[in-house]
Amino acid sequence: MNETQAKALSTENDKWVRTNCWSAPGCHPAGCGLYLHVVDGKLVDVEGDEDHPISQGRVCSRALCLDEAVYHKDRITHPMKRAREDRGLDKWEQISWDEAYDLLLTKTREIQEKYGPEAIILFAGTGRECTLSAYSACFAAYQSPNEVFAMSGYSCYGPRCAISFYILGAGYPEIDYAAFFPERYDYEGYTLPKYMIVWGKYPLISNPDGLFGHAIVDMMKRGMKLITVDPRVTWLASRAEYNIQLRPGTDAAVALAMLHVIIYEDLYDHEFVEKWTHGFDQLKERVAEWTPEKAAEICWCSAEVIRGAARAFATNGPSTIAWGLAFDTSTNGVQAGQAVLSIAAICGYIDVPGGMTIGEKETLLGKWWTDSTAEVDPDIWNYKRIGAQEFPGFAAVQTHPQPDRVLDALESGEPYQFKMAHYWGTNFLANTSAHAPHRWYERLKEETEFGVINDVFMTPTAMALCELFLPVSCVGERKGAVMPQFGRNMSFIGSMTQAIPENDTKCDIDIMIDMGRMMNPDAWPWTNVEDFYDDWLGRFYGFGYNELVDKNVYFPGYTYKKYEKGMLRSDGQPGFDTPTGKVELYSTLYEIFGEDPLPYYIEPRYSPYSKPEMAEVYPLVLTTGARKWGSFHSEHRQMATLRDIDPDPILEIHPADAVKYGVKDGDWAAIENPFGRAVLRVKEVPTIMEGVVHAQHGWWYPEQDGEEPNLFGVWKTSVDSLIPHNEMGKLGFGAPFKNVICKVYRVESLDD
Amino acid sequence: MQTEGIGLLINYQYCTGCHSCEVACRKKNDIPLGKWGIKLNEVGPFKLDEDPDHTTWEFDYVPVPTSLCDLCEDRLAQGLKPVCEIDCQALVIEHGTLEELAARARELGPKTAIYLP
Repeated sequence: MNETQAKALSTENDKWVRTNCWSAPGCHPAGCGLYLHVVDGKLVDVEGDEDHPISQGRVCSRALCLDEAVYHKDRITHPMKRAREDRGLDKWEQISWDEAYDLLLTKTREIQEKYGPEAIILFAGTGRECTLSAYSACFAAYQSPNEVFAMSGYSCYGPRCAISFYILGAGYPEIDYAAFFPERYDYEGYTLPKYMIVWGKYPLISNPDGLFGHAIVDMMKRGMKLITVDPRVTWLASRAEYNIQLRPGTDAAVALAMLHVIIYEDLYDHEFVEKWTHGFDQLKERVAEWTPEKAAEICWCSAEVIRGAARAFATNGPSTIAWGLAFDTSTNGVQAGQAVLSIAAICGYIDVPGGMTIGEKETLLGKWWTDSTAEVDPDIWNYKRIGAQEFPGFAAVQTHPQPDRVLDALESGEPYQFKMAHYWGTNFLANTSAHAPHRWYERLKEETEFGVINDVFMTPTAMALCELFLPVSCVGERKGAVMPQFGRNMSFIGSMTQAIPENDTKCDIDIMIDMGRMMNPDAWPWTNVEDFYDDWLGRFYGFGYNELVDKNVYFPGYTYKKYEKGMLRSDGQPGFDTPTGKVELYSTLYEIFGEDPLPYYIEPRYSPYSKPEMAEVYPLVLTTGARKWGSFHSEHRQMATLRDIDPDPILEIHPADAVKYGVKDGDWAAIENPFGRAVLRVKEVPTIMEGVVHAQHGWWYPEQDGEEPNLFGVWKTSVDSLIPHNEMGKLGFGAPFKNVICKVYRVESLDD
Repeated sequence: MQTEGIGLLINYQYCTGCHSCEVACRKKNDIPLGKWGIKLNEVGPFKLDEDPDHTTWEFDYVPVPTSLCDLCEDRLAQGLKPVCEIDCQALVIEHGTLEELAARARELGPKTAIYLP
């Protein structure tokens, strides 16, 4: 509906309230416009806001089922505590927020005094609004430097942001879908991209990083053509002019071959290359050997398709690239990302209409996250942040410890041990956000004296590892703001407007502020989420939270070709904010950090070529992480309507491989390698490459026994258990979540 | 009947299979699991040719309204669109008279279906 209709239909006790969606339960910050139908204070229905410039009325099935989360019988609606010796047992006791905070403060002070603040570790979830508050809760409340995203190589978004910072000196580059303008595609300064490469990403399902995925369909309808790079023939690939179906983990080889075609066939933008790039000649020399034929052999794909895609992309400007998680989830991802940004750059598609928009360096809240590190003792920040010394290229752009080294510390007790853990909106035992989850679990269970979690439902992580449960409020119950790309390429900011009572739950930002005021009051001038946004919106845009509610969405605007206008560099000079002032095709910073300054290809650490003997036993390439319509990572599994859409964990296998390995559509099958094992249900699909299987991640079973040892069945489908530890790239980024090897065999049931 | 001669057009060239139509309809009409007011169907995927360089695929999602679809008659009376039309993430569902929809189908081109639920 639209605003006029909503107003006409609303009465005192029967209202349609406008808001913008984020979490909880989770999604990325796409900020889709919703109308919430509230009758006598109760949410009864959700419908799309047709006036919303981005989503235009469209709503995903997860948001449509918001009521099933809010009123679920299993939802945690009050704070709860449990004794340390009762870990794994359902012996929770309801308490008040005052009691919860007293307990939290007492334990925090105990640990800080006994072991130092660095002994407190905060695990952050992904995608959800918790990502805005996790940093400062750790740095400015606990005053610990260890805010960790526990995925080996920090293999989600962080690597792409780091690559962008090093190569472009800018925030995350995103496809230009006219998202910065309320008029959208009709904005007069906008041009539709002629081609979009959708590379290692499927934005239709989970609006990754806040990119409203179905905008791609809008652009296809307007005539934009697609090039897809994916081991699976996705629905988008079925509509693509070129579909590069590659072996998982070989993205850098495809990118180097595309650079070869574009450079040696002289298809690049000479003016941009001369004026605004550094190291073109070295790059040219590097890619000399990378013929499409060479790449095709490595990638198990067609040389002609690589050549055709490169030509089409380079000779039809402007065009754009949607680069995805596949660049993070690979030991070679930093190079693949560098090569892909180099393709966009030498074609002249950076920061131009219809190309790739680049983010501001100083973003709403981003500066505060960085500034709040000053609340950590400088010696602790510099010397006790785990892995910061060893991985300067990681530590320079990430305010995290290096996650593999955190697990090393947990396992060895060196350089020190973690004694308290706060799980900030993460069910990481079940989820994307941990490799080798058994290993994290065993050490945290053993070593931590106190665990606390913020979440909506009881999860395996909470049941196994926590003494305190802080219940989080849902969309519609809480106030807040949603900003695409977490602010790093922020097309608009939307109000998260309260429509129904928050009751005895709180949003993560309120929990963070309460903790800050209690633990380190000097750093916390705010009392609640409302005056927090009054302050921050006021600093950037000159209006407060209630004005944002009135506006509903606010578009700060976008200026193209900022590099010509002196708008990217802190010295105000034209150019890019890199050491050379140019797009660094040859990265002077990689060189300083001990990495090759130019992009290169290396085999995945576990592949049929790098581990041929192992591959005799584990012959299939395993890729993971594709999104599902009915859930966001490990969330939504207890909501009946959504579980009906995705009832079981799915293993996709090519029909020829199904015959070869003795499994059939609908069977239960185990995937296994030396690191771990998981059971899933077989789905035969002709669209996956032969020799490759795809396993869904994030599965647990809320309907099963939650107590130890079952823990809601979390270990049965632990796809993350097949992902190795310490196989990240030289800079500390990127690990093989999408490219290891495994075997497949039939089993009788999920429990077999 | 307010919905006499009113149909639903679906441009399934662009239907992404997101399930929003199914869920929106289920929620509005309290349709239990196991039944549908509109049901998404998958056609394919199968290869249309064996060209290794440019394999083309038949891979469509086609929602079909069932006997439980009343075209959101109550909403049409209030000047609102059917919920499947509003919430559809690919914006491929439209309601209208058969004459209007036939004209729209001509504009939209291949892979367009018109249903009279």
